Order: sequence, then structure tokens, then C-alpha cells
Amino acid sequence: MTDIIHTSAADLADALAAKQLSSVEVTQAHLDRIAAVDGAVHAFLHVDAEGALATARAIDDRRAAGETLPALAGVPIAVKDVVATQGLPTTAGSKILQGWIPPYDATLVTRLKAAGMPILGKTNMDEFAMGSSTEHSAYGPTHNPWDLERIPGGSGGGSSAAVAAFEAPLAIGTDTGGSIRQPAAVTGTVGTKPTYGGVSRFGLIALASSLDQAGPCTRSVLDAALLHELIGGHDPMDSTSIDAPVPPVVEAARRGDVKGLRVGVITEVSGKGFQAGVRARFTESLDLLAELGAEIVEVSCPSFEKGLAAYYLILPSEASSNLAKFDAMRYGLRVGPEGVVAPSAEQVMAATRDAGFGDEVKRRIILGTYALSSGYYDAYYGQAQKVRTLIARDFAAAFEQVDVLVTPTAPTTAFKLGEKLDDPMAMYLNDVATIPANLAGVPGISIPNGLADEDGLPSGLQILAPATRDERLYQVGGALERALEAQWGAPLWTKAPRLEESR
Amino acid sequence: MSSLSRDEVAHVAMLARIQLSDEELDKLAGQLDQIVGYVGQVNEIAADDVPPMSHPLPLVNVTRPDEVRPSLTQEQALANAPASDLGRFEVPRILDED
Repeated sequence: MTDIIHTSAADLADALAAKQLSSVEVTQAHLDRIAAVDGAVHAFLHVDAEGALATARAIDDRRAAGETLPALAGVPIAVKDVVATQGLPTTAGSKILQGWIPPYDATLVTRLKAAGMPILGKTNMDEFAMGSSTEHSAYGPTHNPWDLERIPGGSGGGSSAAVAAFEAPLAIGTDTGGSIRQPAAVTGTVGTKPTYGGVSRFGLIALASSLDQAGPCTRSVLDAALLHELIGGHDPMDSTSIDAPVPPVVEAARRGDVKGLRVGVITEVSGKGFQAGVRARFTESLDLLAELGAEIVEVSCPSFEKGLAAYYLILPSEASSNLAKFDAMRYGLRVGPEGVVAPSAEQVMAATRDAGFGDEVKRRIILGTYALSSGYYDAYYGQAQKVRTLIARDFAAAFEQVDVLVTPTAPTTAFKLGEKLDDPMAMYLNDVATIPANLAGVPGISIPNGLADEDGLPSGLQILAPATRDERLYQVGGALERALEAQWGAPLWTKAPRLEESR
Repeated sequence: MSSLSRDEVAHVAMLARIQLSDEELDKLAGQLDQIVGYVGQVNEIAADDVPPMSHPLPLVNVTRPDEVRPSLTQEQALANAPASDLGRFEVPRILDED
């Protein structure tokens, strides 16, 4: 094994178990890569070389002592900065949390640590996960490794870019309306949003509590399954956590068989109005699934057309409530209003929230406060909740006819940084295909399905399954990945341009 | 409906405790009006008989045993405070002086 950073997490785990590699070597190789390319990519907000190497050394010692270790022990990982990590700065991409050091770990971080995985650092993101490009990060955008002038998707663009730029074999993302799947699509990587309740939300800085879900960001379907299995499962610290075993995702990824499976194409999200190259790759993926023995069926989900509107009421409403805790009293930024002697707590609060929140966060807090305010509640938040019911019913009806649904993950390939920054509605339209899954709580995965002809940039295929049947994502994703890579002769990432390394 | 004036944005920002400058108000008001116009289309769906959905999971009354368990120490809880004194959060005045 000569090239550590281009190796999958599954293969790294095997090499570590066989003692062909040490965790210190693997971790150091990724830290070196971060040092060499992250100046240009800016996937990380914080790198913890010392902590990661200490974990790696401890794992190497335990392995040398003959201990039986978890499958991913010693494989390093990057964690999105919206996830609390004890002792490591956690900002959620916001100035209001600059310098905050969580006094506790998110449950999923506790599991990564228990599995002996060195944490390389915290990845960049749109502020409080509001955005589709990472341009709303208070610390500057992340750049897409395929073209540094383009967006890496969002909100989890740091995690997708870290994996795409070989700065980490694995990363944690969170997905409220597509923040794992859309970044995966535009960076040629894999990302899963598990069933709502499948992964504990304890220790995630909440954006919209009824929509948020953490999941894996990787370069292969099997790697995503391995990480999904590790972080998933019941957690008594999260009252919405599903009290049932994690679906058999790893077995499904390895099996990767679609013979006889019914695959649904959603009339309303079948690529009309999407970029030509994205549509072309989608059609080819459908043909390939049919060749592999799947039955392609068209289904209609008429309420999906109102999904984006319902989402941009439900999310801001929940966010305005969740972000009320940033009040400058117990943690985070505190600034006084200018020119006021002995300001009141309320004045300090209002001045701090103006100084600490970026434009997109302010837009959504105000929108949500408005939607929940007396006199408007029924027309906005109440009506959006009814649309949500109709979308869940559309999914239920569709899954009576098919085993999985597929769509293009995002309407376009990666767009240029700055292109949509001052047009919030244009930015919101990126999420049109991914949002329905969050509203209904069903799981989804995005896998790379080729490059668009017009710009040579990656496109993604989204697979959706019924709630708690996450294994189907991996079953179909694994089959399609294998067939696509057989056609290409190698994984898609081998076609990515080489990043210049600086030292 | 589906229109949001600059004054309304200022009022809602006050409710949300965000002190916006005049320039911010000018910028946000136009954008928010456009967004409110778009999201207002949820009213195009006739849904009088449709129940609202607040949550994807049909969970009710999830409780935990009422037992003492480890929590943050006072020192940990105060470690990130903007100001603290005598083991407590120190906050600006909450009452007007007159």
C-alpha cells in the first residue's frame, strides 16, 4: 500500500487490522495532506493534529498488545463543526460561537471515540447549517476540489470537500434539507441522510429539530455503510431516537443487488428544468439499473411541488426558536450596543445577535418569527405542516408501488462561488430534490453517477427508501456504484484534477 | 397576503431580538418580501381536512427514569460564560433604572 490518502476507509481498516499500516502513519498522512492543500480548499475550521495523533498512538499500542478492536479503529475522521466535541472549538460556522469549547461530546462523537477513531478536526459549513454553498460561513467559504472557483455544496461543504480532497477518508455531516446529499453530489462523493431518529441528535447544535439528521460523508458506498452502522442506533439522550437495531447497511452495501427490485422515478422530480448534463447522467443511471435487473416504474408525488415552500416555513420557524438560546448570557459572544451606558440585558441581546449572526441566519430567524407570529401562524406555519402531511402521504403511496425512489440529487453541478449569494431564492432551489425526505423523515443517499458533459463536473443520483429501511439505499447504491465503476474503469474521483500541494 | 413591509420586518426583528441597522433593514426587507411571496404558495393547497404534521416519528411520551445522573460541574457550566461572578452567570441589568 503506497498511497494512504487515496485508500478507502474499508481498505485502511483492513490494512490496520493486518498491521500493514499503523494508525499514526494513516493519521499523519492525512494531516500532511491537510497542511498541503487546505490553504486552497479551506475544508477545516480547526485541525487537531495533537489529539488525532494521540488517539492514533493509543490505538496502535492497543493493537500491538493484541486487543480486539472495532472495525474502524485507527481510521481518522473529520467532524462537521455543528457537532459538539469536548475540548475542541465548535462554532457551527458562526461568529456568535467563536471560541466556544463544548464541555461535552455529542453521542455520535462518543461513539467515534469509543471506536478508536482519531478526529482530525472540525469542518467548515454554512452558518448554523443554513445554506447550500458554505458561502454563509462566517469564516469564509470552502472551495470545491474539482474546481476551486466553485462551491462544494452546503451546508456541509467542508465535510464533502475534505473527503473529496483526500484530507480525510471519512467525515460526519448533518442534513436538514440536503446538507449531506447535495455537497456529496457536487463533489463526486457519497453522503447518506439516515432515517430521522436513526442517528442520535444529542450534541448537534439544532437547526430544525424535526428535520435534522447526522450521517456519513465518504468516497464509497461501503465506507458510508460502515460509518452509518457505527454512529447509528438508539440513544436515551435523544428522545426522538429510534429504539431498534441499526438496519443491516453494511451487509446490503457488500451485497449490492437490484435484481427484481422496483425502482420509482418521481414524475415531479424527474429532472425537468435541471441542467442537461445532470439529466443525461440520471437517464443513464436508470438504464443501468434496468440492465442490472431492476424494474423502473414512474410514480407521482404531486405534493412535492409545494415541498420547498413548506420547508422554508417549517425550517425557519424551528430555527428561530432553536436559535433563541444565543442570548449572550451563558455562552458565546456578548457585545454591548454602541454609545449606550449601562445597557440592559435586552439591548445587549439584540446588539449581540446583530453582530454575531450573518445575513442568512437573520433572514431565516425573521422569516420564522414572522411565520409563527400571531395572525400569520395558520396561514404559514400551520398550512406548511399540512403540506408536510401530504408529502408524507405521497411517499407512503409511492412506497406501496416501489421499493426505492430515485432522483437527480441536485438540479445543477457545482456553481461558481458568489453566483447565487445575493439571491436567496435561487440558492434555496438547490434543495428541491432533497427536501421531501427530511419533511417525511425517510432516508436518502447520494452517489456519484458521472460528469456533466457541458462542464466536466460531478453529478449525483439520489436514492430514497421507506423510513427505517436504510439498507435499501446501500443495496441499490452498492450495485450501481459497482456497475458505474466497471464502466469507468475506476472510481469517479480518479478523474478529479490534482490539487497543487504547498508546504 | 404574502407581502411584508419594511416596518413589519423591523417589528419582527425586534420580536426576534436582532437590532438591525437601516441598511440591513433595506436589504432584508426586499429579500424577505420575495421569500414570503414564494412560501405563501402553501396556501394554494386545499387542506382543510388534512391534519398538521409536526414530526416524522409517531412518538409519544418518551421519558427516562427519574434518577440522578452525572451532569456538568459548575466550573464546566461557567467555563464559556461571557462573564461570571461567585459561581454564577453575570448578566447585564434586566430592569430599567427609572
